[in-house]
Amino acid sequence: MPSNEVIHGLGLDDYKFGFVTDSEPVFRTRPGLDADVVRQISARKDEPEWMLKRRLKALRIYDAKPMPQWGGDLSELQETLDQTYFYVKPQEQMERSWDDVPENIKQTFERLGIPEAERRLLAGVGAQYDSEMVYHSLKEEWESRGVIFDSIEDGLKNHPELFREHFGTVIPAADNKFAALNSAVWSGGSFVYIPPGVELETPLQAYFRVNQERLGQFERTLIIAGEGSRAHYIEGCTAPVYSTDSFHSGVIEIIVNRDARFRYTTIQNWSNNMYNLVTQRALVHQGAHMEWLDGNLGSKLTMKYPSCYLMGEGAHGEILSIAYAGDGQHQDTGGKVIHVAPNTSSSIVSKSISKGTGRSSYRGLCKVYDGASNAKSNVECDALLINETSRTDTFPYIEIDEKSASVGHEATVSKVGDEQLFYLMSRGMDEAEAMALIVRGFIEPIAKELPLEYAVELNRLIELEMEGSVG
Amino acid sequence: MNDRPILSVTGLGARVAEEDQDILKGVDLAIRPGQIHAIMGPNGSGKSTLAKVIAGHPGYEATAGSVFFQGEDLLEMEPDERAQAGVFMAFQYPVAIPGVSIANFLRTALQARLENGEELDLFDFQELLMERMELLRMDPSFAQRAVNDGFSGGEKKRNEILQMAVLKPALAVMDETDSGLDIDALKVVAHGVNTLKAENPGMSVLLITHYQRMLNYITPDVVHVMVNGRIAESGGPEVALGLEEQGYEKYRRAQVA
Repeated sequence: MPSNEVIHGLGLDDYKFGFVTDSEPVFRTRPGLDADVVRQISARKDEPEWMLKRRLKALRIYDAKPMPQWGGDLSELQETLDQTYFYVKPQEQMERSWDDVPENIKQTFERLGIPEAERRLLAGVGAQYDSEMVYHSLKEEWESRGVIFDSIEDGLKNHPELFREHFGTVIPAADNKFAALNSAVWSGGSFVYIPPGVELETPLQAYFRVNQERLGQFERTLIIAGEGSRAHYIEGCTAPVYSTDSFHSGVIEIIVNRDARFRYTTIQNWSNNMYNLVTQRALVHQGAHMEWLDGNLGSKLTMKYPSCYLMGEGAHGEILSIAYAGDGQHQDTGGKVIHVAPNTSSSIVSKSISKGTGRSSYRGLCKVYDGASNAKSNVECDALLINETSRTDTFPYIEIDEKSASVGHEATVSKVGDEQLFYLMSRGMDEAEAMALIVRGFIEPIAKELPLEYAVELNRLIELEMEGSVG
Repeated sequence: MNDRPILSVTGLGARVAEEDQDILKGVDLAIRPGQIHAIMGPNGSGKSTLAKVIAGHPGYEATAGSVFFQGEDLLEMEPDERAQAGVFMAFQYPVAIPGVSIANFLRTALQARLENGEELDLFDFQELLMERMELLRMDPSFAQRAVNDGFSGGEKKRNEILQMAVLKPALAVMDETDSGLDIDALKVVAHGVNTLKAENPGMSVLLITHYQRMLNYITPDVVHVMVNGRIAESGGPEVALGLEEQGYEKYRRAQVA
């Protein structure tokens, strides 16, 4: 039976069976991974032959690549992987009942003020979703303008040529071990296409369509922004995502065509047993703008470095990220900007907060190729340490092969000072309120870029986290 | 009834936390409602330490005596409890809180004074803030700036005065608020204190200053001279004038003798 230990420790193994109903056996592959498992996944999805071949090839790459020795501690990951069910049929995954969701997760939803329907969704409980009507009317509008916003599976089925032309072109399976893994076993995610010139005011929100297919453990998203288009895609939520899985490895590929502007916002708050290893990358063509807004909370270890490949003249990439590492957590995050063409510009602003024994690392790459004349890049990373036991590191990699490039890097580390706390307390705030205010101020430059409801939730979450952080 | 002190300091000894030497060596002080007391003294006399001990700075600890505020034992209270009880300290060197606007800061401070579950009405707050800024003749855009972040010395003091105006304390402790100010900034502080005093005559003020010049703009009821951790003399405004002529030398000699 679920208990508080379920999300605090690694005691998830029993719980994996929690959603199996007596009458309906759930389809899932057996624990661990081999070619047979991959074949089963592909067959279940009724995929074309080329995709199966891609998956099998990716599996071979995955098997051949060693476990990364940099970043976070992955020494216990293999054990987790051996026990992982690489595919669970989504329909049945929805069968988990609200009663099975641990009480403390429910309480956190309560305290965050998350609407009931959304709570169920976040807890992985299938439910009719209130905003379904909203979604349907939006979907009609989008469709009338030629926008495709589907699950990745439907994208492959309904738009095979467009899909095949772009899938895996931004992040090939051979990119890294976990990109290879995802390419072998992907399931769930979004397929988005915005026709040239189309400007969308309303953000495309992943959770609108999530009740069809829950955010997968191996989610795969492919987004194509047509020439001169504008759009904003939002994925995730600041509420803790309760998952029975302890491994998440997504791949997000975005193609931003000439003069288009695209923003991808994601805020994720994983339960603290989770390995979260994600590859997200955008190809940014001539005159186009790409912005990643990335928030990472929770998890045991997150390794995530959104990147912009600035391929065409005048392309611009921005990466704004917030990481919060609580007790026992390691956030190894940052960003990569690759300047390939002349007059490209980029900016990375990364803010991390470490509390208790939490550790945050900024890891970033700025590369300017020969010929990317007048490339400009600026990196700013600021770390805030809450306690004496908190830790932060900075690993900026800068590779410049172009003389006319201008690259700036600035890093700061600050501790919440006794003088700051006293100042706020002398105005009547208790220690936790004072701490929360300081932290909110610290992330303000990024929080103000978030959609309002996300910013509000993030602030509330920080308040919750700061309770008991002091003294 | 009005004769009962709002603040009673009796035999107060205090030191920097975890150091051996006492800085305050038996301070006695009684401030009645509505009174303005000035404490003057040379550098190192302990006058700023007294302000910090009253406000509850964690870097200082009381070693003897007592401090009562409206009948409550201040030394037993956390800094936030003291603030909520009505004590306000204007800092000599207020710190910056990047990313937090003055308005948001004050809203949080007022919200903290409410019972659990009560929410400060944003429109009421906005109205209060605007009214307070108007009273002090401040530009409303000032409240949108991040607390003390990149502020000049004068702006920091202005911010302290604004906070005092919004939080409406029963006792305002001005910790060398005049140090490092040019004459215009000094006038801003004095105007602020006088305006708030005129509005609320019951407010008591403890003005800690190194210089007599502040007292040209704020008229104290009582002036204390603090030397070497003790109050060496108390009297009316004439004490300050005497200091201007003779300096602190005679007090130092008196203590040595």
